[in-house]
Amino acid sequence: MFDTLLQNLLNALQWGSFYSLIALGYTLVYGVLRLINFAHGDIVMVGAYIAFFISSLLLGQYGMPAFLPGWAVLALTIPLTMVLTSVVGVTLERVAYRPLRRKGANRLYVVITALMAGLILENGNLLLLGASRKKFPEMIDKVVYKFGSVYVTNLKIGVILTAILSFIVLHFIITKTKVGMAMRAISYDKFAVPLMGIPIDTVIVFTFVLGSSMAGLAGILFALSYPILDPYMGMSIGWKAFIAAVVGGIGDIRGAFAGGFILGIIEIMVVAFFPSSYRDLIAFSILLLILTVKPTGLFGVAQTTKI
Amino acid sequence: MTLLQIKDLTQLFSGLCAVSELNLNLDERELVGLIGPNGAGKTTVFNLASGFYQPTHGKIIFQGRNLAGLKPHQVSALGIARTFQNIRLWKEMSVLDNILVAQHFHLGYGLGSLFFRTPRYLKREREIRHKALELLEIFKIDAYAEEKPGNLPYGMQRKVEIVRALSSGPKLLLLDEPAAGLQSADVNELITLIQWVYDQFDLSIWMIEHQMKVVMSLCSRIGVIDFGRLIASGTPTEIQQSPEVIKAYLGDDQL
Repeated sequence: MFDTLLQNLLNALQWGSFYSLIALGYTLVYGVLRLINFAHGDIVMVGAYIAFFISSLLLGQYGMPAFLPGWAVLALTIPLTMVLTSVVGVTLERVAYRPLRRKGANRLYVVITALMAGLILENGNLLLLGASRKKFPEMIDKVVYKFGSVYVTNLKIGVILTAILSFIVLHFIITKTKVGMAMRAISYDKFAVPLMGIPIDTVIVFTFVLGSSMAGLAGILFALSYPILDPYMGMSIGWKAFIAAVVGGIGDIRGAFAGGFILGIIEIMVVAFFPSSYRDLIAFSILLLILTVKPTGLFGVAQTTKI
Repeated sequence: MTLLQIKDLTQLFSGLCAVSELNLNLDERELVGLIGPNGAGKTTVFNLASGFYQPTHGKIIFQGRNLAGLKPHQVSALGIARTFQNIRLWKEMSVLDNILVAQHFHLGYGLGSLFFRTPRYLKREREIRHKALELLEIFKIDAYAEEKPGNLPYGMQRKVEIVRALSSGPKLLLLDEPAAGLQSADVNELITLIQWVYDQFDLSIWMIEHQMKVVMSLCSRIGVIDFGRLIASGTPTEIQQSPEVIKAYLGDDQL
């Protein structure tokens, strides 16, 4: 009984890690721009595809000689994917969101633009690469550790540790560095920020760099765990991570981190006791209940709307 | 020496003329007031001078440099700092952090220092912190450095906002209704404080204020605007006797 619980908990932490990493991106952009970046889930998909092409290239798929061992390919793929995914995120901000912000567009239009940007990413991928699924290459050998009757793979441990480490780094950036402090300042009162000498566009670009690089990271980790890629893979996990961010209290990174794990745990525990087709129904009913009790989310504070 | 020159400044907001052909000069080491009835366009002038709006026509020249096309953070880097009519501190960050954020970007260390904490970076960081604490001490609010501004009394928040503006080392300080919402005892303290800031720091102050007591006792010159136009300017005594000003404030249907 205890072993089963532990086994489930490990699975829950793995899924929670995916949700948390993605939810952090939603919450960062929301905190700074008050924008729900609905394209974020598709950025995760883009990240997974970028990782697919980089790792395939390094493994000698496209005529390039394979000269690196698998672990080295992975070690190169991770930072390169994060960098390239953040380029995609920043481009999205430049092309889609910044022009609207310049014209002072209502937030609703920006959110709709985000939804459209997501659809463009999905369908652009479909056009470029076709509807057939891609098999994500295996870069490292799977190692299974056994503790009593609990099994855990090296990948699972890696995913969970990466999520925790990312949160620690992000928390440091937000609370201790000048850009992070400027991000917080923008989330409290945007108007005063440029007048205090802070270049607001630089801070926004940096926000997208942080959010998208973590989406890229989530994309790799997800593809390593579930190695089938398709253009719509980011949609469902993106929506769920967004809900996790809201349940945690959107705008607060602790909330997003906690919310992701809460969602992961609820989902796995539902599956442990009910048929798996009930998973989303029961999981989201529980989340709905949490929001009914605390509408601002677990870490959120009520925002007074300023005019 | 002229510090700030405003030439034929006009600002239209979709047809509404908020500021109209305004001409004004500010010298170095001057404490000047800007008054006018509600909605006269005073804050718009400040928003133009701090780069928040781009003027429809006309020029703003600061230390010989045209501010046209500059973004607010660039204007701020040139040496114009300001406070706001309704206090705009970052209420959830400590008083000290409020001041540190404003200072950070005035120093030119790049994004790379985010991850690579060089000794030079750490030294800079210490200097900024030291300077911020020193400023808070001068204003006798160092005891509240770790406090959130939202928890402080209104008068103290005003002080913090002035300290934050001063921390960037401006040549021109714009104060937008510093006495708004203060009780009369606090107003007297504010007058002393502004005079003291003006005496201690090498800067010019330009303030918008409704309370005549504040403007009259502090400013050497006052400009009066109404419907975006400069209707009078001169010493406090001249202003008090100007028929245009009396008309603007009281209406012209008097006997």
